[in-house]
Amino acid sequence: MQLNDTDRLIINQLQGEFPVSANPWKTVSQQLGIAEDKLLARIDRLQQQGYISRFGPIYNAQQMGGGLSLAALRAEPEDYTRVASIVNEMDAIAHNYEREHHLNMWFVIATENSDDVYQVIQQIEYKTGCKVYNMPKLEEFYLGLKLEV
Amino acid sequence: MQASQQQYKDTELSARITPIERRIIEESQAGLPLTRTPYQDIADKLGLHTHTVLDCISSMQARGIIRRIGIIPNHYKLGYIANGMSVWNVDDDKVSELGELIGQLDFVSHCYKRPRHLPHWPYNLFAMIHARSRDEVIEYAQQISQRLGIHDHGSDILFSTRILKKTGLRISSR
Repeated sequence: MQLNDTDRLIINQLQGEFPVSANPWKTVSQQLGIAEDKLLARIDRLQQQGYISRFGPIYNAQQMGGGLSLAALRAEPEDYTRVASIVNEMDAIAHNYEREHHLNMWFVIATENSDDVYQVIQQIEYKTGCKVYNMPKLEEFYLGLKLEV
Repeated sequence: MQASQQQYKDTELSARITPIERRIIEESQAGLPLTRTPYQDIADKLGLHTHTVLDCISSMQARGIIRRIGIIPNHYKLGYIANGMSVWNVDDDKVSELGELIGQLDFVSHCYKRPRHLPHWPYNLFAMIHARSRDEVIEYAQQISQRLGIHDHGSDILFSTRILKKTGLRISSR
């Protein structure tokens, strides 16, 4: 890792609350004491180097009326590849992770309409023969999240 | 901090998006342009006034459709190579209070109440932990356990061993 102090400052200070205004960088530039052009160039570089995956608004799909859920299933090791490919090929699956647990496959289902989540689960159960445990979020807790570098 | 927390809670009521908002989302979901005037550039591209874009974005923030605006760091590249989904069995009547407490920890990136599936799955509180190593994840989980105190009725940490699929959440053009 070759991040310098300026990079760290940018990463630590710019994870939220980017101004919504005609000249937002002007404000940020004053806050951080870094010239606008330098800021933009740095962020571009950090993005190209992969330290930043994205810059912009983080949308909450569920608040738009879409369906979102986390679900898990148990696939036997000898059957894992088959089950994973069935799950992955569905458009509604946003993420899918192998995890070390009896329930060893965990995926996020995202659909444009909230009712479609159940259909996706039924299809996965039908095609894979595995029982799907649906674990939609019932409550979300406020995050003071900041990744410090 | 307090204000945005309140805002978060109040958003359950107003969901749904207008057609103009949908276009703005489509245009910005992969990121804002890295220019001095990102909102104006989006407005120009969509044939809208800059103030319309600013108003829509502010409104979507207030309604919780936009969680935040900023950079999204790549945890992995920044050395946070271990992530563990910690799951907890806590008293149902305490879960909201405890969830708020756990969500405030710096190393927790998501914190949700989710349904149990008894008898196989007794856990109702999920906290995603990001750290530099597995050992650090385990240490952090111990900190969570301490915070939960007598309400901790059992837990587990599920480490991810493979990403099988990863795509961004996308809304498609209609």
